[in-house]
Amino acid sequence: MISKPANTDDVAATVRKAGRHVNQNEGLIFEKSAPGKRGMELPPLDVPAVDPDEALGNHLTREAIQGFPEVSEIEVIRHFTRLSTWNYAIDLGMYPLGSCTMKYNPRVNEYVARLDGLATEHPQQPAELSQGCLRILYDLQKCLLAITGMDAATLQPVAGAQGELAGLLMIRAYLESQGNPRKKVLIPDSAHGTNPASVVIAGYEVQNIKSNARGQIDTDHLREFTTGDVAALMVTNPSTLGVFEERIAEIAGILHERGALLYMDGANMNALAGVARPGDFGVDVLHLNLHKTFSTPHGGGGPGAGPVMVKKILEPFLPVPTVVQKEDGRYGLDHNRPKSIGRVRAYCGNFGVLLRALAYTLAYGPGIRQATEDAVLNANYIRGKLEDVFDLPYNLPSMHEVVFSDARQKKNGVNTMDIAKRLIDYGFHPYTTAFPLIVPGAMMIEPTESESKEECDLFIEAMRSIAFEADTNPEIVKTAPHSTRVARLDEVAAARKPILRWKLE
Amino acid sequence: MYPEGYRYTKDHEWIKVEGSAATIGITDYAQQELGDVVFVELPKVGAEIKTGQSFGTVESVKAVSEIYAPLSGQITEINSALSDTPEKINQDPHGSAWLVKVLIADPKEANSLMDAAAYQAHIAAQAKGHSS
Amino acid sequence: MRYLPKSPSERKEMLEAMGAASIDELFQSVPEKFRLQEPLPLPGPLSEMEIIRYFQERAAENARGYTSFLGAGVYQHVRSVVTDALIQRGEFLTSYTPYQAEISQGTLTAIFEFQTLMSQLTGQEVANASMYDGSTALTEAVLMAERLTGRRRVLVARSVHPEYRQVLRTYAKNLGLEVEEIGYGKSGQLDSTALAKERLADAAAVVVQSPNFFGILEDVPALADTAHEAGALLVTCIAEATSLGIVRPPAEADIVALEGQAFGIPPSYGGPFIGVIATREKFVRQMPGRLAGQTTDGEGRRGFVLTLATREQHIRREKATSNICTNEALYALAATIHLCLLGKEGLRELALQNLAKARFAQAELEKIPGVRRVFSGRTFNEFVLEFPRSVKLINAALLREKIVGPFVLGTHYPELTKRGLVCVTETMPRGEIERLAAAIGRILQTPL
Repeated sequence: MISKPANTDDVAATVRKAGRHVNQNEGLIFEKSAPGKRGMELPPLDVPAVDPDEALGNHLTREAIQGFPEVSEIEVIRHFTRLSTWNYAIDLGMYPLGSCTMKYNPRVNEYVARLDGLATEHPQQPAELSQGCLRILYDLQKCLLAITGMDAATLQPVAGAQGELAGLLMIRAYLESQGNPRKKVLIPDSAHGTNPASVVIAGYEVQNIKSNARGQIDTDHLREFTTGDVAALMVTNPSTLGVFEERIAEIAGILHERGALLYMDGANMNALAGVARPGDFGVDVLHLNLHKTFSTPHGGGGPGAGPVMVKKILEPFLPVPTVVQKEDGRYGLDHNRPKSIGRVRAYCGNFGVLLRALAYTLAYGPGIRQATEDAVLNANYIRGKLEDVFDLPYNLPSMHEVVFSDARQKKNGVNTMDIAKRLIDYGFHPYTTAFPLIVPGAMMIEPTESESKEECDLFIEAMRSIAFEADTNPEIVKTAPHSTRVARLDEVAAARKPILRWKLE
Repeated sequence: MYPEGYRYTKDHEWIKVEGSAATIGITDYAQQELGDVVFVELPKVGAEIKTGQSFGTVESVKAVSEIYAPLSGQITEINSALSDTPEKINQDPHGSAWLVKVLIADPKEANSLMDAAAYQAHIAAQAKGHSS
Repeated sequence: MRYLPKSPSERKEMLEAMGAASIDELFQSVPEKFRLQEPLPLPGPLSEMEIIRYFQERAAENARGYTSFLGAGVYQHVRSVVTDALIQRGEFLTSYTPYQAEISQGTLTAIFEFQTLMSQLTGQEVANASMYDGSTALTEAVLMAERLTGRRRVLVARSVHPEYRQVLRTYAKNLGLEVEEIGYGKSGQLDSTALAKERLADAAAVVVQSPNFFGILEDVPALADTAHEAGALLVTCIAEATSLGIVRPPAEADIVALEGQAFGIPPSYGGPFIGVIATREKFVRQMPGRLAGQTTDGEGRRGFVLTLATREQHIRREKATSNICTNEALYALAATIHLCLLGKEGLRELALQNLAKARFAQAELEKIPGVRRVFSGRTFNEFVLEFPRSVKLINAALLREKIVGPFVLGTHYPELTKRGLVCVTETMPRGEIERLAAAIGRILQTPL
C-alpha cells in the first residue's frame, strides 16, 4: 500500500527542497574568443629577450596555437561561474550515493592546504627544509593506523584503485618471499569494478565467488575455493549492501590457514571509524579512500588518495619511500627499502589531499565515533521510512547504507534509473543505480553523517512521492528529469560518433 | 522470428551454414539485451576462430558482449558496414547485420548446435529466470 | 561537533522512530569482541583556530624565505588568484563525478574544454579528462602501446624522469612486460644509434620525454620515423608543460603522456597534480581515463556526457583498459582556467620568458670558472651544468644563503657526478639569478 505524501491531493507532491530558478546560458570558452583579448598579464622581462628560432632552432618552435582561447579575466570568471551553477554539489544538498560517502568538505581544510609554506613546497627539496610537510604525513599516518588498528602504512597511492593495486602487489611480494606468489584472487560478485581491474594489473587472475542468500560471503564456498593457488580474498566490509560481514573472523581464519591473505576494500570505512578496527578482525591489508571517509573534496571526479595500511608481515614490501621519524625526532623519507614493491607514483603522493584528511581527523579527535554513529543513524532512519514503499532484497541490519530494489515499481515499467532521474526534480542528486550487481534494479542509498534530520526528511518525502507517482502516474517518472537545463542526453549518439573536443572551423 | 535454416548457440550467436562456408551474427534476443549498439570489434580477414572462444565484441553504452565462435574456421569476410552504422545490429540482426563470414573446418560441428525451436525454448527459459 | 547537523533531541527522535533504544543497537551486527569500548587515542578535537595554528606551525618548518632553482619534474610558475576563486566554488569543489549528466553540465562542459586544450597543446587528436599525474600517465600510455601492438617490450630512454621510470617498472614487473633502457648521447638526447633494427623488432614502443630530465629537447619526428619503420609506436611524455607554449608539439608521437602541474597547479610537496593522455582518434578505445563527449538531448540542446565508458572498470571490470576510477578533475579544471586566462598570446609570452630567464642564468653561471654546460642539445628552462666540485657540497653552502641549489643528478645517474640540473622559470627575479651566480662563485673559491 503506497502512502500518499504528506501535503498532496491527487497530484504529485509539492517539491519542497528545490524551486524554479533561472540560470545563465553559456557556450564554450572557445566560442567567446577573439584576437587581442588577454586574461592574465605577466610582469615585464627583466633579462634580455631571446629569439626562439635562434634559441631552439626553427624546426623546434611553434607559432601561437590556432584556436586557443583569447578572453578577458571577467569573461573567464563569468564563464566558469555560470558553468558552476549548472552543477549539483554537497554544498547544495544530500548526495545519497551508496559507497561514495559524500560528506561535508570542511572549509578550514581548503584554507590550510593553501598556506604559504605548504602549497609552495617542492617535493625534491632537502628533508631538513621539509620537516613541516614530513610531520604532517607522519601524523596522518599515525592517526590512520590508530583508526584501522594496523601496523604500518604507505601514503603514496593517489586513489582507492591505486591503493588496491599497491596492496595486491605487496601481497604478491610477500607470497613470493614465502616461495610461491600463487595465481588467483577471490572477489565477491558484489565487489566494486576497480577490484577485478586491479587484480588483473597486479598479474593475478580473478576468481568470482558468489554471495549467499544473505548477500554475505558464503564460507563453505570460500573453503572450497581457497586452494593453494589463491593469494587473497578482496572483501568490502561492510559489504556493498551496507551489511557487516558477520563471519569476517571465520573468513580470515579460512584464508590464513591456507596461507592466503585478507584484503579489505576500505570504501565503507564510514561505518566503522571509531567503532571497530579492521586490524582486529583479521584484515592483513586495506586501503582507505580519503575522498570518502576522510572528507577530502570530490572536485567533480578527483583528486583522491588511497593510503594502504598493512600488518607487520607486509611492512617490508611497502612502496618506497616511507615516511619515518628518526631517532633524533626529525622526520625523513626512507629510500633504503630493498624489499619494496617499488614506487606507485612520483614523489610522496597527493600531499594536498593527505593534508586535508589530517585536518579533518584533528577536528574530530577521539570523537570520530560520533560521525560514524550519525552516519549509521541516518541510513537506518531513512530505511525505516522507506521500507514499506520500496522492495528490500536483503532484510539484514544496515550499517551506513541501505540497498533497495525497483522490483515493486518495475510492475509499471518504472526502473531504478527512472526513479533516480525523478529524484533530480525533487532537488536531490540520484542515489547509486544498478550497483551492486547482485541486486537487479538496485537503489543504493548512503546519506552520511552530514545530513540533518531536515534533509533526511525531505529525501524521504521525495522518495515516497516518487513511489506514489510510479503507481499513479508512471510516465512522469519514466520521462524525468523535467526541471533541468538539459533533458536526458543521447548517450548512444555520443558513443557511436564520439565528439571529444571542440574544433576550429 | 528466428530463421529456420539457422543454428544457434546458448550465448546467442546464430550461424548459417552453406557447404563449407558460414555466416555468423548475434540474435535478436542478444541485441535486445544489449540495447542500442554503438560499436563492434571484429578480427581481421584471415584470422582463425575456435569453437567457444571469443573473437570480438559488441558494445552498447552500458555493456560489452563477447562474441563466441559457434564453430572453428577462418574469417573470409567481415561486415564493414557495421563500423559506420552499428545500429544495423538492432535493426536487422539476422540479415544485413551479419558479423563475419567464415570458411569452416568441420561443417558437421553445426549439428550439435540448437535449431530455431530449441533456441526459442532456451530464451524462454532465460527470460523466466530474469523476471523473478 | 560543528560538522554534525543534529541536536541530541533529534537523535533521540530518530531512534524512537526506528524503535531503537540506543545507537548501540544499530551496531549489533558487528561482533561484540570487535566493538571498541574506548575512544580511539587520536589527537584533538581541535577547533578551527587550533587547526589553523597546527598547520601554520608546520608551514614555518619548511622552506619559507628560500629561493629555489629546482625543477626536475615540478615547476614554480605564476598563478592567478582567479583560479582558486573559481575552483573553491562549492559547485565545483564539492560536486561528484559527472555520471548524472543533467545536473553536472558545469563539470562536463569544463572537461570538454580541458580535452580540447590538451589536444591543441599536444598536437594530438584526442585527450582524456585526466590521469593521476605524469608518472602514472606515462605508465598507462606504455600499457596502452602494448595493448595496441600486442608486443611485450618497450625501449625507454634513461633521460625520462627517474621516478616516472620507477613507477613504470613497478607496474610492468607484474604484467610480464620488458622494460629496456636506452642511454643518451653527447647532446643529451636519446642515443639513436642504440635504436638498432634488431632491438626495435618486437618492441611495442620507444619512450622518450621532451624536454627530458636533463632539460634537453628530443628529435620527435626522427624518433617517430624510426619507431614506425619497425612497427613500434612512439610514446612521448612531457613534464614541463609550459614548454608547449613555444616548443613544437609532439604531433608525430602516437601517444603523449603529459604532467599538467605547470599549468597553475601549486607544487604542494608533490601532489595533487594532473596527468593527461593524448593520442590519435583511432586509438581512443584503448585509451584509459574518462572522456566527455558532445551530444544533444531530446529537444536538440547541446550537452555533454561521459562517453565510451565501456573502456572503464565500472563496466568492463577485469577487462578494463585500466583500474582508474577517481582522477584529478578539480585540477584539470584549475589548469583549464589557468590556460584560458593566459590565452593564446599569454602562453607563448610565458614560454618565451622562461626561455629568456634560463638563457640568462646559464650565461651567468657559465662565467664562473670551472662551470660549464654538459649537453649540446637545445633546452627550454632547465639545463645541466658541470661543477668543479660535488654539487651536494655546493648546495649545502648555498642553503646557508637561503638558496636551494641545483638538483643533484648523481642521485639517479651515478655517472653524472658533479653535475647539477638548474631550472629557471619566469618567476625568478634577475637579482636572484645574479645572487646565485655570485654565491656559487664565492663558494667555489673557498677551499674545501
